[in-house]
Amino acid sequence: MSKGLKTTILILGAMVAIGLVILPGLRQAVERLRSVPRTDEQARRDVMQQPISTPTDVEVKAQLYWLSTSAPASLEPIAIPLPLSADPVERSKQLINALITRAPGPERRTLPPEASLLAFYIQPDGTAIADFSDEISSAMPSGIMSEQLAVQSMAQTLGANVNGIRQLKILIHGQEAETLAGHLDLHGLFPVGSATPTSASAAIAPAQAASQTKPTVPVNPASAQASQSH
Amino acid sequence: MVLGFARLLRISLEAQGLRVLLTRQANDGPSFDDRSKLANAQRGGIFITLHVSSTGQPGTVRVYCLAHPPAAQSTAFAPRGGILPWDRAQFGFIDQSRKLAELIQIQMAQRFHGSPETPLEAPVRQLRTVGAPAVAIEVSSVSVADRSTLDQMGPGLADAVARAVAAFRMVYEAGGK
Repeated sequence: MSKGLKTTILILGAMVAIGLVILPGLRQAVERLRSVPRTDEQARRDVMQQPISTPTDVEVKAQLYWLSTSAPASLEPIAIPLPLSADPVERSKQLINALITRAPGPERRTLPPEASLLAFYIQPDGTAIADFSDEISSAMPSGIMSEQLAVQSMAQTLGANVNGIRQLKILIHGQEAETLAGHLDLHGLFPVGSATPTSASAAIAPAQAASQTKPTVPVNPASAQASQSH
Repeated sequence: MVLGFARLLRISLEAQGLRVLLTRQANDGPSFDDRSKLANAQRGGIFITLHVSSTGQPGTVRVYCLAHPPAAQSTAFAPRGGILPWDRAQFGFIDQSRKLAELIQIQMAQRFHGSPETPLEAPVRQLRTVGAPAVAIEVSSVSVADRSTLDQMGPGLADAVARAVAAFRMVYEAGGK
């Protein structure tokens, strides 16, 4: 074997050895780059969806209001074991997160599973402020009835399990929104306190497509009389 | 689909001798205030907003009006010097809206089995800024597998609303509540 060939083989062997050392690190770097960058919203939602645990948690049978399967278009309380904090703010967060994540079945949901509670406050006058991610609106089955039942499920669940909350204000991504999902007015405050089921008289079908809405029709009886007279 | 209902409703109302203005003619999206502005420019008008929901028992219809504001807020909502604030224009017409909603809901209950017999109260955004008797009608639902089921409701829906509006007109023009 010539001296040149030996040198070449040595160089190639050294390069293979170096490659074996470097390759795992390169592979990890490629995997890191391949992963989709997480948005602030995703990161925040992941944090918020962690179970909230406080030192004062006690497991109780909490009354959560989901859609009734027996009485159409109404809510009914379901008792589920839930660790609840003594602190009313943390307790409220735990309850709303359970409303979102622990519905007994998709047909009983009032809030979309994609939604997350970003923040919750209680003011001294008993006004609770719940700030949701955009999905509370974008993933909500649209319609007056479904949006009203969504708000009522929150208000009644808080009323049944938390003392001192008199009314509820809903924000979306920290902002006051005009509607929940195109219909229900979020301008005002929703009363909290009644633990009785709501009643309405139409059935709820599982949420599916978005609603089609509203050409609005102003009608003018006064001018109609003029039309008749001609 | 909603536009189709609205066009049928327009025909039925005009057959009653009423003048009808649609707040949209196509798939454009006027704002709540755009619609309210058109309605509030009319004298002696009523306002009906139509919706097809994505939930609810298919083939049923619910009629909504606003509830009276809480007693504590009634004073704040009262007109000052005859001027009603735009963002709560409906609060001067709650009783009339309730009456209109009752008349329409009775018609719906008779025609569409499973519909409630009395109207419902809900804070429907569109109604709040309308300074006239105003109701929302919601048809269930777009979740039906066969769209023709909904299409078939159109003529009955239009006729029912037209009859209710004709009955309301007598009350309204007599100045009653």
